[in-house]
Amino acid sequence: MWLKDSSIGRKLIMSISGIALILFLLFHGTMNVVAIISPDGYNMICEFLGANWYALVGTIGLAVLVIVHILYAFYLTLLNYRARGFERYAVTKKQAAVEWSSKNMLVLGIIVLLGIGLHLYNFWYKMQWVELRHMMGADVDVSKATDGIGYISELFANPVYSLIYLVWLCALWFHLTHGFWSALHTIGWNNDIWMKRLRVISYILATLIVLMFAAVVIFYYGSSLACGIAA
Amino acid sequence: MEKTINIKVKVWRQAGPKAKGHFETFELNNISTDSSFLEMIDVLNEKLISERREPIAFDHDCREGICGMCSLYINGHPHGPDDEITTCQLHMRKFKDGETITIEPWRSAAFPVIKDLMVDRRAFDKIIQAGGFISVNTGGVPDANAIPIPKKNADLAMDAASCIGCGACVAACKNGSAMLFVSAKVSQLALLPQGQVEAARRAKAMVAKMDELGFGNCTNTGACAAECPKGVKLSNIARLNREYLCAKLKD
Repeated sequence: MWLKDSSIGRKLIMSISGIALILFLLFHGTMNVVAIISPDGYNMICEFLGANWYALVGTIGLAVLVIVHILYAFYLTLLNYRARGFERYAVTKKQAAVEWSSKNMLVLGIIVLLGIGLHLYNFWYKMQWVELRHMMGADVDVSKATDGIGYISELFANPVYSLIYLVWLCALWFHLTHGFWSALHTIGWNNDIWMKRLRVISYILATLIVLMFAAVVIFYYGSSLACGIAA
Repeated sequence: MEKTINIKVKVWRQAGPKAKGHFETFELNNISTDSSFLEMIDVLNEKLISERREPIAFDHDCREGICGMCSLYINGHPHGPDDEITTCQLHMRKFKDGETITIEPWRSAAFPVIKDLMVDRRAFDKIIQAGGFISVNTGGVPDANAIPIPKKNADLAMDAASCIGCGACVAACKNGSAMLFVSAKVSQLALLPQGQVEAARRAKAMVAKMDELGFGNCTNTGACAAECPKGVKLSNIARLNREYLCAKLKD
């Protein structure tokens, strides 16, 4: 199968899964902004996306995408490490035209992955997972499973968690600035004119996505401080 | 007024493909800043021969930047610190008095070291043999001007054709990928009507050969295009991806 046996096929898998994940981030980010505009609206979204069949199908699809993207990242990195040869250069200099993020996608990806692990523990494990266990007959308390706002305000009142989430989002920003245009380049949608445009679009897109997420962290940390002062 | 500099050169020495390599440092005095980099190595070799020591093996041929033979990784850059030139076009005026210059061979699994600074780049020839050509039936050859070609495509094809196959792209790439080379060779033909007949077969055959020979997977860092002595552009890689994916989807 050429998709896994050829270098361009392997890159296409990275590119398509990456773009799908970027679309998910846009979807997720848009919902997060609702948490600032209307806390009640946000909890309604939490209900829509609880343990309903469409949300579960989406979650499974998303998990497959993430696993494929990560497995191929490690596989490609291993192949590329071998292709580099046994001896390494004694002196290496960076080129001005080469983005720092493009050479550190794996490291940035691992930071993003660790962040996802923490994030799933902080939210998914207490929300959709609890509902699922309840459906399977386990004796668990589901009264707070769709209270997204409650979990958000609880978590981001903690400055350490807020900081960890912001560092995580920084890594995501670097990952996306290279990832987006690189994905389109791999599909072949690029030329001399669009090269500059795509890079600019990547920066705008990455900044937009990260700002949507960071806004919630900063807003809820800020309001916890304000409440603290008021109390 | 001729200016001279005193330098130290730290050179990779390796007796053969299987031997263990190491760095050796030599001192060179009164090197003219007007001399080329390869002339500096010639001076060093003359000195080594006069001392009855083994001269340094390195690739070179035309010494005017068109053959693609010279291939030195100098101070962390393929073809040295200057832009868009080959090693033979590099001058000693680019270096400072007292500087230590580190010279390494191209390092890539697909380019094994033959001796010292010489590497085996036959992998590139094999990729070309896999499809980097146009099959022409002998007989009545039509006049070249009878086929109109848009100026834009002619220019892009010409730019891609400026690749001299030196391997600096592979040497610069952290993934040891040959995508810039292959994309230039595919582009120069795919952009012209004469090359379009075999375009799909060519893209598939050349990429398959490139993968088979142990080159890495491109991650679009762009180090190849930044170090290319002929300024071959990264957009060629997008064109190769396009050609290859279209060819595969048609199958």
